[in-house]
Amino acid sequence: MFRPAIALSALWFTAVPLHAQEESLLDLLGEEEPTKEYTTASFKTSRVVNGHSLENTAHGVLDFKIGHRFGFLNTGLEELFGLDQATIRLGFEYGLTDRIMIGFGRSTFQKTVDGFAKYKFLRQCQSGCGMPISAALVVATSINTLPESKTPWYAPDRETYFSHRMGYNFQLLLGRRFSEAFTLQLMPGLIHRNLVISTEEANDVYNMGFAGRLKLSKRVAINAEYFYVLAGQLRAQNVPADRINDPNPGYKNSLSVGFDIETGGHVFQLHFTNSTGMFERAFITETTGDWANGDIHFGFNVSRVFTLHRPKKKG
Amino acid sequence: MILAFRTPNDQQHMMMTRILLPLAFVIPFTLQAQDRYVTRDGHVSFHSETPMEKIEAHNHKVTSVMDLTTLAVEITMLVKAFEFEKALMQEHFNENYMESDKFPKATFKGKIGGATAEQLSKPGDHKVTVEGDLTIHGVTKPVKVEGTMSRKDAGSVRSSATFIVKPEDHGITIPGMVRDNIAKEITVKVDLPYSKM
Repeated sequence: MFRPAIALSALWFTAVPLHAQEESLLDLLGEEEPTKEYTTASFKTSRVVNGHSLENTAHGVLDFKIGHRFGFLNTGLEELFGLDQATIRLGFEYGLTDRIMIGFGRSTFQKTVDGFAKYKFLRQCQSGCGMPISAALVVATSINTLPESKTPWYAPDRETYFSHRMGYNFQLLLGRRFSEAFTLQLMPGLIHRNLVISTEEANDVYNMGFAGRLKLSKRVAINAEYFYVLAGQLRAQNVPADRINDPNPGYKNSLSVGFDIETGGHVFQLHFTNSTGMFERAFITETTGDWANGDIHFGFNVSRVFTLHRPKKKG
Repeated sequence: MILAFRTPNDQQHMMMTRILLPLAFVIPFTLQAQDRYVTRDGHVSFHSETPMEKIEAHNHKVTSVMDLTTLAVEITMLVKAFEFEKALMQEHFNENYMESDKFPKATFKGKIGGATAEQLSKPGDHKVTVEGDLTIHGVTKPVKVEGTMSRKDAGSVRSSATFIVKPEDHGITIPGMVRDNIAKEITVKVDLPYSKM
């Protein structure tokens, strides 16, 4: 008498919870396939401060960049702490695809025209795939367009060839957005200069960059970047006596700290840096400012994007 | 023949077990699993229009299940699946407004009213009222939406609705600087082509 009754009631009890679980109709569909999703917005824009970030301009988007550096803060009240002076770079960047972008710019610094291409060949994966980092390759060239007599290498008895004006930058960007707020990036790089001022300088300058981003709020982030140039590769023409024993006499490693402020279509970057130039050859191999000495520029970058082409999204 | 060797009591037990036992399994499921419809490629779009800017985004990967016996309906979608014309807008939508990493999904769970299950089983357009909980940006709000359910045949039903969502109702703050660019009331359009499960 007992056993079937017990069996039955037990079945009802097991059946009822199953039934209750079904309260969510969506559960009937079973486990969802994780959608493949890449990490985005590791940085607010395609630059950390001077150097490239992991981010690309999206396909069909034109980014107009204005880079502006005032004079050194230590120039005192006479120069209004550097505000009387200015050096700028105007640049245009365009996304050929979501992973390949090209750009060019023109700088006050040695009246240089620069061009670059950036290819993001690895994308950090957020879900549904396994890539832990993003990686990009940056290839850039710069051409000094100063009149011959004003070039730093000018000698009256020697002819200047066009190739003398050129320099190249090869850089690998490796980075990871570790959390919502924190991104870290490493940038091993090589700068090749066709012509250097003295035989004491290397044509190929090996360097290592470090960059980080910490979001303070949804729209404000603090950025920092540092480019370490291996010792003994650079030497300025007239080295001050107190700098003669520096790893690269007359030159300093580039260090920049700043804020990104994003407002819809604009990103404003306000920063302090010891570098004057805003393309790699200039800020990696020709930074003379010394933070300890107050040779610090206040500066800003303004980025404004325009959607020129609307690629058809994949269904 | 075997039963003949058993006592009448035992026979009764066997009967009960043999008949009721399977029923016990079947009843709780079959009663519920009668008239269910599903879609995985539903379309949800939203539109924000101000004199300064027009914003529009589309999500074509909306999943929904409805049960026309109990008149229950559930909808879910990945916020990151909304596609904008401008890439940067899409990034800001996910990063600054929806915080899609924290709140990956937008969901709705509710009941269909205004028409009976029997009415909805007939072909034609039916006006319905859907009432339930809308969860966006991790904030759940009760909503009541007027919509249409069109039945073509026994195997497919199409539901559509248009309604207003206020970002502030779901804890989405719009900073002063872009206040003129983003509407206070966002028009949401839902179009769900269901087929029988």
